[in-house]
Amino acid sequence: MTAPHAEGTAGVVGTPINRVDGMLKITGAARYTAEIPLEGLLHAVMVTSTIARGEIEEIDTSAAEMSAGVIRVMTPDNTPKLESLEKYQREGGKGTGGSGGGRPTGRALSLFQDKRVEYNGQPIALVIADSFEAATHAASLVRVKYRAETPTIEMASALPSAYPYTQKVLGREPPATRRGDLAAGLAAADVRVDEAYTTPMENHNPMEMHATIAAWDGDHVTLWDSTQNVYGVRGTIAKSLSIPPENVRVISHFIGGAFGSKGSAWSHVVLAAMAAREVGRPVKIVVTRRQMFGPVGGRPHTVQQVTLGATRDGTLTALRHDSTSSTSTLEEWLESCVLATRILYDCPNEETSHSLVRLNVGTPTYMRAPGEATGLFALESAMDELAYALEMDPIALRLKNYAEADPESGKPWSSKSLRECYQWGAEHFGWSRRTPTPRSMREGDELVGYGMATATYPANRMPASAVACILPDGHVTIKAASHELGTGTYTVLAQLAADAIGVPVERIEVQLGDTDLPQNPISAGSMTVTSTGSAVHLAAMAARDKLVQLAVSDPESPLHGARHEEVEIIDGRLTRRANAPRGETIQSLLARHGGAPIEEKADAKPGDERQQYSMHAFGAVFVEVRVDPELGTVRVARALGTYGVGRVLNPKTARNQLMGGITFGIGMALMEHTRVDARNGRYVNADIAEYHIPVHADVPSIEVLFVDEQDPHVDPIGAKGIGEIGMTGVAAAIANAVFHATGVRVRELPITLDKLFPEMSIHSSNSPRQASPSRGFGS
Amino acid sequence: MGTATEHGVAVDVELRINGALARLALDPRTTLLDALREHLRLTGTKKGCDHGQCGACTVHADGRRVLACLTLAVAAQGKAITTIEGLGRDGELHPMQQAFLDHDGFQCGYCTPGQIMSAVALLGEPCGPNDDHVRECMSGNLCRCGAYANIVAAIQDVRRRVQP
Repeated sequence: MTAPHAEGTAGVVGTPINRVDGMLKITGAARYTAEIPLEGLLHAVMVTSTIARGEIEEIDTSAAEMSAGVIRVMTPDNTPKLESLEKYQREGGKGTGGSGGGRPTGRALSLFQDKRVEYNGQPIALVIADSFEAATHAASLVRVKYRAETPTIEMASALPSAYPYTQKVLGREPPATRRGDLAAGLAAADVRVDEAYTTPMENHNPMEMHATIAAWDGDHVTLWDSTQNVYGVRGTIAKSLSIPPENVRVISHFIGGAFGSKGSAWSHVVLAAMAAREVGRPVKIVVTRRQMFGPVGGRPHTVQQVTLGATRDGTLTALRHDSTSSTSTLEEWLESCVLATRILYDCPNEETSHSLVRLNVGTPTYMRAPGEATGLFALESAMDELAYALEMDPIALRLKNYAEADPESGKPWSSKSLRECYQWGAEHFGWSRRTPTPRSMREGDELVGYGMATATYPANRMPASAVACILPDGHVTIKAASHELGTGTYTVLAQLAADAIGVPVERIEVQLGDTDLPQNPISAGSMTVTSTGSAVHLAAMAARDKLVQLAVSDPESPLHGARHEEVEIIDGRLTRRANAPRGETIQSLLARHGGAPIEEKADAKPGDERQQYSMHAFGAVFVEVRVDPELGTVRVARALGTYGVGRVLNPKTARNQLMGGITFGIGMALMEHTRVDARNGRYVNADIAEYHIPVHADVPSIEVLFVDEQDPHVDPIGAKGIGEIGMTGVAAAIANAVFHATGVRVRELPITLDKLFPEMSIHSSNSPRQASPSRGFGS
Repeated sequence: MGTATEHGVAVDVELRINGALARLALDPRTTLLDALREHLRLTGTKKGCDHGQCGACTVHADGRRVLACLTLAVAAQGKAITTIEGLGRDGELHPMQQAFLDHDGFQCGYCTPGQIMSAVALLGEPCGPNDDHVRECMSGNLCRCGAYANIVAAIQDVRRRVQP
């Protein structure tokens, strides 16, 4: 569906305009959470545990309390008990049930209600002082005695304790599936691949550290919070502190990156509200970079067994994907690794399952493309192995098993352009130059490898609301409590509203990130455009309709008596389509009507189209790696992604976001690994010098191409969401390229020297070798 | 020069920020970064790690890029400090700011002031002409959103125009 004036008028949706919030960001004027100035603001610093499991015997805060500038030290000894949590415990509450599970705090938080320690780095005390320096110093003076217990830290040794996950995944998908007859499918196969793929714990590390400021006014509290979910935080605060949600306001105008970590209200958020109430002054907590390893989630460790069977011609006869991922002892949180496997290939015999292992680590959470990023590393690596075993081109193998309909549900796709993505991507990348034999391509002293993989992510959508307000001065205000994480929300919503109403985008003001605005879902799961975008589109269309109605029924308007559909609005001027010179501006029309704004609210939600169609975005990612044969160093020389993501609202911001996803994937493939000390559960590389994320020098030129895709079913604006898909498939494409370059198959991310080089040096002949998966799983 | 306060000892610090003189009584442990953000409300300079690892706090001291989180405010005295707020002249954007906007060299915007301050300093540094040289010279400024390719394009665009 397009805006009614789209015919013959270009419109701003689909054009690469600069970000509407760009000026604020390049001048330093965009204000992030920790930067809100408040009178009498206090600074609080969390003290975290130094053991991974046990009981706090004693916390000595005397030195901290004597330290200059300290106002209060909150510990389990003096923190008021939360009635909500006591009731929850009395009623037998247990840390189960996905990420919420009926717990008043949502996530299982550390709010100093007891003396248990379940991971190293868990918040156990909070120092509140009149300056950041005073709070930081005093936090270092807190002394803690523990009764330590033996923690479970390592995935490899804990694997025997894995247990099946039996709840619905993401609240809607079955935890395990079975279709056809897997054993028969394997028996019918000429070629089989059966391998374990592992991905390590990773941390989001957005550039802005999590931060919360809480300020009470009587029994009302306002939180400025770096969150992807203002309404979610409001709910958690209200339930935890047993106050009505109307008494909680949450504001989040700019978020300095999130990638899932800011989707939940973590301990520091509730602690800020508790602390501000205790001391009667506003309190700010900025989580330190070190504290972003553990208390605010991360990607769990996964071990995935993939079994493929195929006949000689490449037809898949069997597909099994069993994923075991780590969670904490506090919560059951699942990395949904096998969902993409269920829909990607047309295979009659398939089994998938999820299992969990509990470790004494911080609770994991959604991290960019949760499940798909990890699951597709396993599946798409295995498909590459199968292609080699069949001596078949990897794209041809994928096309051979192309799913023309959703193989799990049997439903037709709302749209799917994956075939075009493979073909167009291969063409642009120069895939035909690839000689398949490992170590067969070189440039200078370097080994060259080409690899590809499929990308996919579901087109999620949730209910959302928005208000569109046409002001008497011809400007338009859009209100929706969605969020700007860097995803371009301000920009694309302004574009949608501009086209729907017919005013220049410069006249649109978008207001986001405030629970005083209409409710919107968490900005995650690539669904802001599908959800909030749809609501904005509908609200703006409704406001336009009302405006047109006003004009055609107004005897003083040049448009009086015109049929509704005859009226078009261009650049804020209403005209009769057939007689453009006769018309008037929004300003003159509204001035005659008392200068009152026109305000319309829309509540948008998915309908039964979701029962009729299967909705997913698809893409193909191609990479070229260079490997130094003497050193085993891997560099990505270039990357190209082709995507069918429905309507692209702004090619400039969309391309940037997909490039960012690919960059995130380079990190996952080659460097990212949260290391935990097996002895004490301490996060070893808990900073961004030792936890490696891609830097400028790691990132080559990246090409992003969009397949022109019309999807009339997915939502009113035809867009599928692009936040995660760029990350999917990248790690497999790189692993596949590394195999092509070196003949070494690395099935354990990240692909670092220690895994690659020994195999390369042992087998530096031309025969391909497989790196042994028996090295263990690391930690 | 020390002043006893209710909660300890403050020192008088005189900073020249964006051409203006600021006199502050600061806890001597205060970094230049926290002096800017918490005391002068110049929050354009960002705190991304507080460990000198991310580059988000990059400012210029006498025209050279320095990390404000690793500089004590007392040690920044006597230097001309320039922050993102002081980069434009007479209400005009610096060409680097405009190039970041046009090339979409950012997403969330949090690393952006540091990237821009580094990029502007780079113009006066002996950085080679190629994209790879720029990547090397900019590798102290992390961007988790992954806008690197656009940042490099923005910088090269300005270099072509300023240093043809």
